[in-house]
Amino acid sequence: METFEPKILAFCCQFCAYSAADLAGSMRLQYPPNVRIVRLLCTGKVDPLHLLKAFQEGWDGVFVAGCLEGECHFMQGNLHAKQWVNYVKKLLTEIKIEPERLEMFNMSAAMGTKFADTVREMTERIKKLGPSPLRKLEPQIHTDKH
Amino acid sequence: MIVAKRKPIDEIKEMLKPYNKILVLGCGSCVAVCMAGGEKEAGLLQTELQMAFQMAGETKQIDTITILRQCDREYIEEVKDKLLQYDAILSIACGVGVQFTAEVMEGGKVLLPGLNTTFMGATISPGTWMERCLGCGDCILDETGGVCPITMCSKSLMNGPCGGHEKGKCEVERTRDCGWVLIYKRLEKLGKLDLLKEIKLPKNYGVVKRPATIIHEAYQPVVIEKEEKKDSKTS
Repeated sequence: METFEPKILAFCCQFCAYSAADLAGSMRLQYPPNVRIVRLLCTGKVDPLHLLKAFQEGWDGVFVAGCLEGECHFMQGNLHAKQWVNYVKKLLTEIKIEPERLEMFNMSAAMGTKFADTVREMTERIKKLGPSPLRKLEPQIHTDKH
Repeated sequence: MIVAKRKPIDEIKEMLKPYNKILVLGCGSCVAVCMAGGEKEAGLLQTELQMAFQMAGETKQIDTITILRQCDREYIEEVKDKLLQYDAILSIACGVGVQFTAEVMEGGKVLLPGLNTTFMGATISPGTWMERCLGCGDCILDETGGVCPITMCSKSLMNGPCGGHEKGKCEVERTRDCGWVLIYKRLEKLGKLDLLKEIKLPKNYGVVKRPATIIHEAYQPVVIEKEEKKDSKTS
């Protein structure tokens, strides 16, 4: 039986999580290759429609990663993102999709290890939950390890 | 602005059950400001419904259009042809918008409400709205320092506060400010506490006849009076 490899979409703030992902690469850290990153100028820009559409498009898990609380470059962008994530979790619950498939994380640009851990945590979590009920029968994303 | 809240998704799904081609009709005015029925909310509801029906194995076409106002004929007329192409229209305007769209469609289209219209209110802070007017038709804000006792007092008392207030909070709900304490504080600040000495008479709620109608003076029906022909020859 084919093992389930989740497709995870990450919305990352360029000042922290995106740089942390870059650092994780520079540190040669190994983490599951199931994640695809969308760079945002601030997680405050994340829109509930982006999050919901990601699930509609068949992503098994989505996470938003912003700066540490209190350290947003735009004052409260990451706090707003957290509220929107909670709101979309509610919408997902309404339509019987596990809200755990969506999560908000906070990290600084120096936390390459935290980024790798986050991807690992999300991958494990989604593997336990199984494929999204909305997953389309499309070719899976390329998951070969290098 | 008119403030509304989206109906629970299960209630909306139940309403949509018999229809296959559905249009979510957003309204770009009040309900867009209170984040319940604008373009973004129409998109969110469309996506949520599409996902819900997809998971239930039902194939329904759900589209969305948002017009500037559903309480003005000209904006509805613009999309009337498009609306006619659907089995049902889920309007996420206030109750006025839903009814008026149905009216403009001359009853020829199923109009379903996606929101529960709740009150006329103001934006207290981003994402928080609170009622400020009940539309009684006989404003007395001049006598109460600009705080409406009909709206802000849980009991709509004309001469308050009642004995139930405690530390400026209402007995109906302890987290809510007592409207009459607010009035007292405001009048104190304005130096007009003497206004409270006057006993106010019970409010005449019959001022507004429902459904209320207003015709602006400049738009009163024009009566063309025919001039009587004077017979100049006889004079």
